[in-house]
Amino acid sequence: MGLRIVRGRVLKVGDNVDTDAIIPGKYLTLTDPRELGKHALEGLDPSMPSLLKDRQIIVAGRNFGCGSSREHAVLALLGAGVKAVLAESFARIFYRNAINRGLLAIEVPGVRNAVADGEEVIVNVEETTLITASGKTLGFKPIPKELLEIIEAGGLVESLKKGLTK
Amino acid sequence: MHSLTAKILAKASGKEKVEVGETVIAKVDKVVIHDVTGPITLEVIEELKYQIREPEKLYVFLDHYSPSPSVPASNIHRKFRSFFSNYPQTKFFDIGEGICHQVMVEGNVLPGEVVVGADSHTTTYGALAAFSTGVGSTEAAYAILTGKLWFKVPEPLYVKLDGELPRYVCGKDVILRILGIIGQEGANYKSLEFLGSGLKSLSMSDRLTIANMSVEGGAKNAVFPLDDTLISYLEGFGQHIELGKLAYLRPPDGVNPDLVIDLSRLDPMVAKPHSPANVSPVGDVEGLRIDAAFIGSCTNGRYEDLLVAAEILKGRRVSRSVRLIITPASKKILNKMLETGIAKIFLDAGAVITPPSCGACFGGHLGVVGDEEVIISSSNRNFVGRMGSPKAKIYLASPATVAASAIEGRITDPRNYLR
Ligand code: SF4
Repeated sequence: MGLRIVRGRVLKVGDNVDTDAIIPGKYLTLTDPRELGKHALEGLDPSMPSLLKDRQIIVAGRNFGCGSSREHAVLALLGAGVKAVLAESFARIFYRNAINRGLLAIEVPGVRNAVADGEEVIVNVEETTLITASGKTLGFKPIPKELLEIIEAGGLVESLKKGLTK
Repeated sequence: MHSLTAKILAKASGKEKVEVGETVIAKVDKVVIHDVTGPITLEVIEELKYQIREPEKLYVFLDHYSPSPSVPASNIHRKFRSFFSNYPQTKFFDIGEGICHQVMVEGNVLPGEVVVGADSHTTTYGALAAFSTGVGSTEAAYAILTGKLWFKVPEPLYVKLDGELPRYVCGKDVILRILGIIGQEGANYKSLEFLGSGLKSLSMSDRLTIANMSVEGGAKNAVFPLDDTLISYLEGFGQHIELGKLAYLRPPDGVNPDLVIDLSRLDPMVAKPHSPANVSPVGDVEGLRIDAAFIGSCTNGRYEDLLVAAEILKGRRVSRSVRLIITPASKKILNKMLETGIAKIFLDAGAVITPPSCGACFGGHLGVVGDEEVIISSSNRNFVGRMGSPKAKIYLASPATVAASAIEGRITDPRNYLR
């Protein structure tokens, strides 16, 4: 399965990155991930969307995705081509939204200090490890099987389709 | 000893009892969506080509863009109106009816119910001894289509309130104080459960504000017990509580609190940029110049909030350098403002009254702040860019503090206006 190993360059952000920062309120009339993706993380810094063009993995501090429940935040990251978010911790609703939309969100203790901005990393979901270009290895708790199935189905809707037709 | 949250979730999942950390599939009594998060929910429902089984459990609000400030927002409204014309039993609230969280607590949510909303401030209804929490748009669709949702039973964080609130110290100051202590993720995944003799002095309006902003500490939900204040509040909306059936929601005893707050010693509080947990007593920021002031939102746009502001503004004028925007949270509240004459007090003081809407709270319209401006707001979030320009600074405070500050043109302790 494609998601079991994710490889990419890191964009690093700080603690308490809220969903207003991930996608500012003025874009909330959009629902197309590609359109939303053009403004991903713009609330943090207007240069972020262009930086994201060659970054696939976000590394964050504590409480990533706090604030508003807007699922647009996850859609914007997906639309910008983000494959995974690795954080010290996540806010509750963002975490659920990520799973439900098929965005890999993993709590990796120590990730903030271990990884540099722009560094290349490899995430191995199966082996629950993160390997950095500078040679560090970090571990994380396995993602529960049920959640992994939702992510791999491409999100809750896809898995719901299966469930409803059962 | 089980938390009220655990008891409600046990009933909703048909179990004798449930334990913290256990995952349950609970029956959902009501689902709330609105014009910002709802379009994604509708896309999901359409994609699944599935009929809504129990449309009467669905509450739909056009409240964020009320009335619409732009063509894209108007097109969302068009789509909503046409989609739900096929579901006449759905509770549909068009523009001007009010902010979802206020309308829901005007007799639509009952103690012991499980309610989810595609909005983080769905925690508000916990003031009515219900279990309510925010979910994503896709999950809201799931709940609409299946009538159920999974929840992990949250660990309780017990907050005991002692004493009585002094005048011009409000529910907002209580929750800001709590956020200052526990921090922005101090209640992450947890349930805030309130108890103690201090509850008696808290009006329903205060409790709704507290439950509303519990999510600013990361809480999954917040619950207040079923007491006389709540029973008579519900009676005001024609809901008579059968205490026998709901006795399990009565105030618990023998609980060891995690946090104790003495209400009688509380000062008015202010959350400074850019976090609702970056809190100080008003004295620490007194005198700071402001450009704008906002009283409204699902946090503090209730009649009691407007009343305390009107009391302070009566016979006075807003500073020339400040614009004060007043947004009642629902049509019922707007009507009451007109009936009791406080609308006139605001207008005479130089304030602008807008229709019920989310408007300024999320920087949507009806009072957006510009670059380098400083606003004091009764709403719930002061993140960068939340109310307009990312270069603006937002201070959060109670309606009393906002009103006093609007008069002075500087952040001001409302107790200076005690008459
Ligand atoms: S008033 Fe503000 S916080 Fe409340 S629902 Fe509207 S936008 Fe959200």
